[in-house]
Amino acid sequence: MSALSQIAAVSAMNIRSLPQRAGTSSVVVIGIAGVVAVLISVLAMSTGFIRTLQKTGPANRAMVVRTGASAELVSVLTNEAALAVADSAGVKKGSDGRPLASPETLLVMNLSKKDGDDASAPFRGLTQDGFAVHPEIKITSGRSFRPGVNEMIVGKAAQRLYKGLDLGAHIKLFDSTWTVVGTFASDGTGRESELIADQQTLNSAYHRGNSLQSVWVILDPRGGFQTFKDAVTTNPQLQVDVSTEKDFSARQASNISNILKFVAYVVGGIMAIGAVFGALNTMYSAVSTRSREIATLRAIGFGPAPVVVSVFVEALLLALIGGAIGASLAWLVFNGHSVDTLGGGFGGQLIFDLAVTPGLVAQGIIWACVIGVVGGLFPAIRAARLPVATALRAV
Amino acid sequence: MSILVSLNNVVKRYQRGKQSVEVLHGVNLSIEQGEFLALMGPSGSGKTTLLNLIAGLDQPTEGEVTVAGERIDRLSGGKLAKWRARHVGFVFQFYNLLPVLTAARNVEVPLLLTKLSSARRKQNVRAVLELVGLADRATHKPGELSGGQQQRVSIARALVADPTLLVCDEPTGDLDRENAEEILKLLQTLNREQGKTIIMVTHDPLAADHASRILHVDKGRLIDSPARSAA
Amino acid sequence: MKYFFLIWAGLWRKKTRTILTMLSIIVAFLLFGLLQGINQGIKSGSSETGNHRLWTAPRMSGISSIPVSLMDQMLTIKGVLNVAHFSFFGGYYQDAKNALPAFATNVDKLAILYPELNITKAQIAAMQATRSGALIGRRLARKYGWKIGDKVPVGTTIWTNSDGSNNWAFDVVGIFDPTPQFDRSPLGSAFWINYDYWDEARKFDKHRVHQFFEQIDDPQKAAQIAAQIDRLSANSPDETRTQTENAALQSQLKRLADINFIANSIVGAVMFTLLFLTANTMMQSVRERIPELAVLKTLGFTGNTVSVLVMIESLMLCVFAALIGLACSAGAMKVIGAVLGPIRLLPIVVVSGIAIAVALAIVSGLPPALRAQRLNIVDALAGR
Repeated sequence: MSALSQIAAVSAMNIRSLPQRAGTSSVVVIGIAGVVAVLISVLAMSTGFIRTLQKTGPANRAMVVRTGASAELVSVLTNEAALAVADSAGVKKGSDGRPLASPETLLVMNLSKKDGDDASAPFRGLTQDGFAVHPEIKITSGRSFRPGVNEMIVGKAAQRLYKGLDLGAHIKLFDSTWTVVGTFASDGTGRESELIADQQTLNSAYHRGNSLQSVWVILDPRGGFQTFKDAVTTNPQLQVDVSTEKDFSARQASNISNILKFVAYVVGGIMAIGAVFGALNTMYSAVSTRSREIATLRAIGFGPAPVVVSVFVEALLLALIGGAIGASLAWLVFNGHSVDTLGGGFGGQLIFDLAVTPGLVAQGIIWACVIGVVGGLFPAIRAARLPVATALRAV
Repeated sequence: MSILVSLNNVVKRYQRGKQSVEVLHGVNLSIEQGEFLALMGPSGSGKTTLLNLIAGLDQPTEGEVTVAGERIDRLSGGKLAKWRARHVGFVFQFYNLLPVLTAARNVEVPLLLTKLSSARRKQNVRAVLELVGLADRATHKPGELSGGQQQRVSIARALVADPTLLVCDEPTGDLDRENAEEILKLLQTLNREQGKTIIMVTHDPLAADHASRILHVDKGRLIDSPARSAA
Repeated sequence: MKYFFLIWAGLWRKKTRTILTMLSIIVAFLLFGLLQGINQGIKSGSSETGNHRLWTAPRMSGISSIPVSLMDQMLTIKGVLNVAHFSFFGGYYQDAKNALPAFATNVDKLAILYPELNITKAQIAAMQATRSGALIGRRLARKYGWKIGDKVPVGTTIWTNSDGSNNWAFDVVGIFDPTPQFDRSPLGSAFWINYDYWDEARKFDKHRVHQFFEQIDDPQKAAQIAAQIDRLSANSPDETRTQTENAALQSQLKRLADINFIANSIVGAVMFTLLFLTANTMMQSVRERIPELAVLKTLGFTGNTVSVLVMIESLMLCVFAALIGLACSAGAMKVIGAVLGPIRLLPIVVVSGIAIAVALAIVSGLPPALRAQRLNIVDALAGR
């Protein structure tokens, strides 16, 4: 019998006898399923978070804030500055010849979440130009706000998270009451966690005069980002920073996602070590239960290698099943599940969906296999070293 | 000599699935104090079942079992256990020692059911190990002892609580000739010099020769003739 | 008790299996200790001094301000001993990327509210003598190599100076050394400037601050006092929300992540998988020892006694290993503490850990214990 067919034969015998050892085998499967489920779930938070921050709409959009502002919220710009930015080279003009630039106010408001806790909801003020600069914002129910009136539209995710943001609701924020006149979606970006109203109405309701937080522009394809950046940073009257939306979001995302990854790998790692012990336990037990069988095979003439490999095969099979179960659990329970956390840099609460991606599933399966291999190694060696005569005689 | 054990019309039936199998058909038996009785018979004859009933390991379906004046067929599970602890020492064919414990600890186990202090327990263990000639092996584990030595530890354990009866199920079944002889001699000594009542099941005629009386069991009945009439 | 050696023997019947099972339990409780340690640590708050502090912030928004005049009103409330305030300056040093944690405060009161910052009388005097003074935490000072006497230019994204620019300059008059627990905290690694100087020089939002800290005499009265403080500004656009420091910190953290939920979920998953392992181990162990258990019964051990022995064996296995795991987690906390700030193993975590271990032992041990109790001697000895 060739080595390969020997391996196949022994492995087949192992696997056929698995149902008898269902109890111990389930220990490996469940243990590994647990590790993989936890690992993938926590990583899914990081992945989902980054994904949401990276879904930033068109690549030709840039954001201008005050020099040194680490977040939109701590940036303060004057109206004059906003106008100067809008008139700079590199800004695309709309069909009416006016620059596609959106001066924006950003506040945060403490709102009650449906689960009872509080969170800061971003409240953004847009001029009508704002919709041209953020074309991905689409009203999904109701209508947009009218300028000069205390009306607001709420993002889909925000409406799900906070109390009292249903269509038609009146909500008192500080000493102003606002009416929710519409709901909007924006391609799953962070904008969906926000409330939006008319900029000047917002400013006057909260006594902010003419100051604003940021200016968003659509870049002229002919000059590109660099032209705009040069124009704006060399203007002696402006003290601003420019970045593409993508870069800005990426910077904000890294911190939290790093923490999440750290937690995922540390916790997952510790659980994996526990799973290895569990796997070792099971595989040692499997080998000893079948020591007579193994010895008989050896006596018949099967080499030690097929025995070793067959133990690995069994361990791997159990690990794969466990990994698949864990990944499925994580996917079923958490994929698409909404979580909210502090968006980078006091940006208010950012709502995102956990994303159990194929990449994460693959990672989970790989961890499962590694655990299976490590857990199968020593028992496999013991199976190979089993003294044939003693094992045959063993009671 | 007084009657120690008496069985009166004892019947034992087992439920095997839907069927009821009768293993003992109305057995009558008296055993006197100080006897060394050998029960012989082919496998399946019911001799082990008979032994189990005398030792209080099982209850008869019908009939009475009286040991030292007590009707043990009327005792319930918990009381029967207590009775066994006090009255019966059991020696098995495959020794059944706890492999992780030393010989001394193995022998001590029955004494855990008594109220003796730790010092007294250790004293009794030492005494009985000397009796079986294994005092120097007290700290060895069963894995470090030969078959014969293990069986002697087993006998010591059976004796340590000073039981009324010593019950042996094929005690030499797993030993070679030489060791078997030693064990049987030991049993004989215990019977003749210490007056222990011993009931032994065996299929080995040479073993049975060491007993003071031999009874044959066949197909669930006692055949009182000493002549060989194996089926 | 006298049965100990018997139970111990049962445990070590199969050395490898027992050791591996114990290792799995140790790992699980290591994780438990760590996660719950962090979770409970957050819930229990910082310290005794912390219990005497309330935080007052604008109710409506995290970035708006409240009138500084509220301070005098608060001091009229019975139970309020001292009040400090702080405001977000939001600066950067040299490069716009070097965000500076600069805050404006009334330093003398800050020192009373937060003795953990170890701000000395001399430092307070120095700040009062130099209006443009800055009091810097040791860690921050070391980062930029600042010494007493240095002049530090600070840019800000928010506050325009009286000279029309957003550039400010401060003189380093003191470097303070907070306690280890506060060393990395926002207050301990801050760049403190004088409120008066800043308020006078800034162009807008004058006479308003971002947050108050109040020192109260009796933590038991915290809720009452908090309500009274909030009543001062009720029904005005400057409504405040006052809570204990502990509650405020937890609520902040909760916005980041529901640590409680995450910790509990992970622990739940871990314990569930562990349950499988220990249940299986106990079941296997008892199954292999049926003949031995039968022998014990022949010797006169009752079914109940034998089942109790099995349960105690399960308890010993689980609780012993759990204790080792918890001890390991205490060790791990020391390591993590070097990075995140000190975490201790709290009694409640130990107690709940042991409770879980006991529950684990009982659930794993019950089926085999019942099996042992019910086993029929004759059948077991005959190998059936």
